[in-house]
Amino acid sequence: MNPFSSGTRLRDMIRAIRACKTAAEERAVVRKECAAIRSAISEHDQDYRHRNIAKLMFIHMLGYPTHFGQMECLKLIASAGFPEKRIGYLGLMLLLDERQEVLMLVTNSLKQDLNHTNQYIVGLALCALGNICSAEMASDLAAEVERLLLTKDPNIKKKAALCSIRIIRKVPDLAENFLSPAASLLKEKHHGVLIAGIQLCTDLCKVSADANKHLRKNCTEGLIRILKDVSNSSYAPEYDIAGITDPFLHIRVLRLMRMLGQGDADTSEYMNDILAQIASKTESNKNAGNAILYECVETIMGIEATSGLRVLAINILGRFLSNRDNNIRYVALNMLMKAIAVDSQAVQRHRTTILECVKDSDASIRKRALELVFLLVNDTNAKPLTKELIDYLEVSDQDFKGDLTAKICSIIEKFSQEKKWYIDQMLKVLSLAGSYVKDDVWHALIVAISNAPDLQGYSVRSLYKAFRTSFEQVSLVRVVVWCIGEYGEMLVGNVGVLEVEEPLTVTESDTVDVLEACLTGHSADITTRSMSLIALLKLSSRFPPTSERIKEIITEHKGSIVLELQQRAIEFNSIIQRHDNIKSSLVERMPVLDESAYMVKKANSSQENIVAVKSSQMSLAGTSVTLPNGVAKPPAAPLVDLLDLSSDDALVPTSTSKDFLHDLLGIDLTNSSSSGFSIAPSGGTDILMDLLSIGTPVQSDISPETVSSNQGFAPTTKPTPTTVQVLDLLDVLPSNGSVAGDQSPLYPSITAFQSSTLKIMFSFKKHPEKPQVTEIHATFMNLSSDSYTDFVFQAAVPKFIQLHLDPASSNHLPANGNGTITQTVTVTNSQHGQKPLAMRIRMVYKVDNQEKLEQGQINNFPPGL
Amino acid sequence: MIHFVILISRQGKVRLTKWYSPYQQKERSTVIRELSGLILSRGPKLCNFVEWKGYKVVYRRYASLYFCMCIDPDDNELEILEIIHHFVEILDRYFGSVCELDLIFNFHKAYYILDEILIAGELQESSKKAVARLIAAQDSLVETAKEEAGSISNMISQAI
Repeated sequence: MNPFSSGTRLRDMIRAIRACKTAAEERAVVRKECAAIRSAISEHDQDYRHRNIAKLMFIHMLGYPTHFGQMECLKLIASAGFPEKRIGYLGLMLLLDERQEVLMLVTNSLKQDLNHTNQYIVGLALCALGNICSAEMASDLAAEVERLLLTKDPNIKKKAALCSIRIIRKVPDLAENFLSPAASLLKEKHHGVLIAGIQLCTDLCKVSADANKHLRKNCTEGLIRILKDVSNSSYAPEYDIAGITDPFLHIRVLRLMRMLGQGDADTSEYMNDILAQIASKTESNKNAGNAILYECVETIMGIEATSGLRVLAINILGRFLSNRDNNIRYVALNMLMKAIAVDSQAVQRHRTTILECVKDSDASIRKRALELVFLLVNDTNAKPLTKELIDYLEVSDQDFKGDLTAKICSIIEKFSQEKKWYIDQMLKVLSLAGSYVKDDVWHALIVAISNAPDLQGYSVRSLYKAFRTSFEQVSLVRVVVWCIGEYGEMLVGNVGVLEVEEPLTVTESDTVDVLEACLTGHSADITTRSMSLIALLKLSSRFPPTSERIKEIITEHKGSIVLELQQRAIEFNSIIQRHDNIKSSLVERMPVLDESAYMVKKANSSQENIVAVKSSQMSLAGTSVTLPNGVAKPPAAPLVDLLDLSSDDALVPTSTSKDFLHDLLGIDLTNSSSSGFSIAPSGGTDILMDLLSIGTPVQSDISPETVSSNQGFAPTTKPTPTTVQVLDLLDVLPSNGSVAGDQSPLYPSITAFQSSTLKIMFSFKKHPEKPQVTEIHATFMNLSSDSYTDFVFQAAVPKFIQLHLDPASSNHLPANGNGTITQTVTVTNSQHGQKPLAMRIRMVYKVDNQEKLEQGQINNFPPGL
Repeated sequence: MIHFVILISRQGKVRLTKWYSPYQQKERSTVIRELSGLILSRGPKLCNFVEWKGYKVVYRRYASLYFCMCIDPDDNELEILEIIHHFVEILDRYFGSVCELDLIFNFHKAYYILDEILIAGELQESSKKAVARLIAAQDSLVETAKEEAGSISNMISQAI
């Protein structure tokens, strides 16, 4: 122990922490250490600074807060010696992340160190900058890094190249500065520099089409030579992995070749020979070789390769698929998904093997395989594939059943050509995994049965049979209850028997038994039980002999502790007792449900889901945005950082508002459909009103607001007030600006952006009570003679402004100004009156499937916004 | 790109974390908790990839330690396995048949080595020798600085 030391050594602290037997003990040790470090910090203790930071890093790894040590890292970095700087930079990278303001303070030290004469100190600074720099730091220090790319020392060169990657990911506008130094790195011999340089070029291609063009023109030849040299080189011990010289370099060259060859036939043609050589000669008995083959296949799929080469690639995947190693099979499945787009016939050949993978014991492989199978289904193979999947559903893992059922259901819905097949398959799924089925699936089944008059008898009988074996499957039970309520007499009377059916004798009291079991069963939830009550009411009018028994069952529930059931029981009881004369017309069979309207509604709601998923993905991804067409695009980083926030904010409220609307409107639909009410036009009495008012519990997916508002309205439910309520609700939401009516604009409209191909007009609207909020109505016009598809408008604003983008009116922009897209953008200027609005914009669209990008900055906002 | 690197022990203890994409402290601990639950429970014969929140996590077990790297869905998983092995081999040479305890008591050294292999979530050097040379050169710089410094700082450096 050091006699001058004010605390323990690092090693001793680690030992003390490891000796702790309980979490409480550990906390105590850490608390003591932290207290000692804090007091050392406040006494400006220099001698132990680096030891304290080392300790803090260890404490940080254990998950304790260590923010108080951040400034100490900066002090260490600012000191002169290498040992201090080394630990200081390590602490900086570990204890801070790019979002902390403290980080800006280090910019100056970094600048000095980047200009240091000692190459290792320069290396430390580059490493830190490459790992945690923010967009501001990237712009401030880009020039230094650019200069370092041209130094002699390979160690600095490679670090500078990787650091440049971070810089252009953060600030894509800087890409062009790095283009020529990056291209010159490809002429190097040092593998580290080559690897870093090639990676930098790949990233440049991702952010800039010009860079791609430039590199394609000037570097393709060089790349091919690098690949030839490294793949033909004799044994090189320094780079050898399993008999292959530098697989990492192989893979990076192949990846850049993919970027360059994409969509360019000449360049692709040029690459043919070397790709064929790699694909056929690489050893595939070790992971390293397979990694190269995998990358090579992806490149062949990505570029405009000849058909011979593609066959070679698909064959490699076929070999992968039959490999015993799970890793190899996994990547094969992964790549076959991409290969479908290129050659779906070839992938179909492996269908049986892929189907086997769905049954694998490994969850990762199962998931990949299932998604692949889903893509492989077509009209001809839908039936056998569905059968296979349903058979497997029976024995599959519990935690896989959810995914599997969802996929099976969507295959059945998408590929059913005859109703009977659809109903049969759905029944199988419901009886095997009814608890995993989503609500919309069994709703759709009910709609389908209601629309198939010849199959209703068959359906209700099959359901009855299925119920006897699978009474624990929630959604099956609900469909059974609904169908018995509607078509109970077909069950008892054997109406519409199909040839394939076995005879079945069911008595009236058997059906009541089923419903009673559903009503009183332990597993039944409130929705099922409410549905059972309605079904019973319906049966009491259809089967007069059982009505006495039904009355008893209903009376039992008059004392139910569940309010909903109690209310239903009391009201139904009064119908049975006092309104026998109108009972039969009140509980007539449901009118046929509108199938097309249901499908439209379902499609809409699933679209909403996609939007929501998309926005959550965007906020999650941080560095990549998933475009609607499913292509992940590496975007402009700082812009996206801003966009992430904004799009997240903007999309969620709009989509939920629409959900409200759907759900509210949907009340009429699902309510009447799934709770099984028959609303006879003649029976428009007070009782009917009462009945309607309680028919709510089926929409389990409604948000609390909707439910409460709806119930609040219940006593006087009429069609008109409901719609009024819908509007009221919407009015409360912030995104209804467009509904608010046209106030005369206070601010002049501007042409926000104009190029030879695109014109954007902004008009402005302000609410007097909220001066900082401006609503911008953007109108996009296509000035070129080609129409644009997949048009996406993105905007970014400085930190003091908040941005909300509403969904655009369309993503298709017709040529020659024949039509426009409009989009509402809401900006909140938190420094209203002090700073003017400013905005950077970016438009991405496709012309003939070629992606185009335009961007600009808007500085001509009218003053006072 | 590699978004982060995590080393966790069989018992779920974190031995090293390196974040190349911005994650806040809170997110970091959730990520670690989720992933250790996901990865530690997987059987030995299964594949080394786990899909997680739209990313892929490639992991490989060495004795009691799991080396995990999180990558984009379109990255080359097999190559990441090689990168992990590359890292492990360099650690092994540096420490002389490395064990978990080496990484606990000399965690900063493990970070220094990782920093010579990855920057900005991309591979920096494919030669194990080159990495070893660079680390050795920097270690000797620290040694020299120690010898030059007075007795007190000498002791401090030892303390680290």
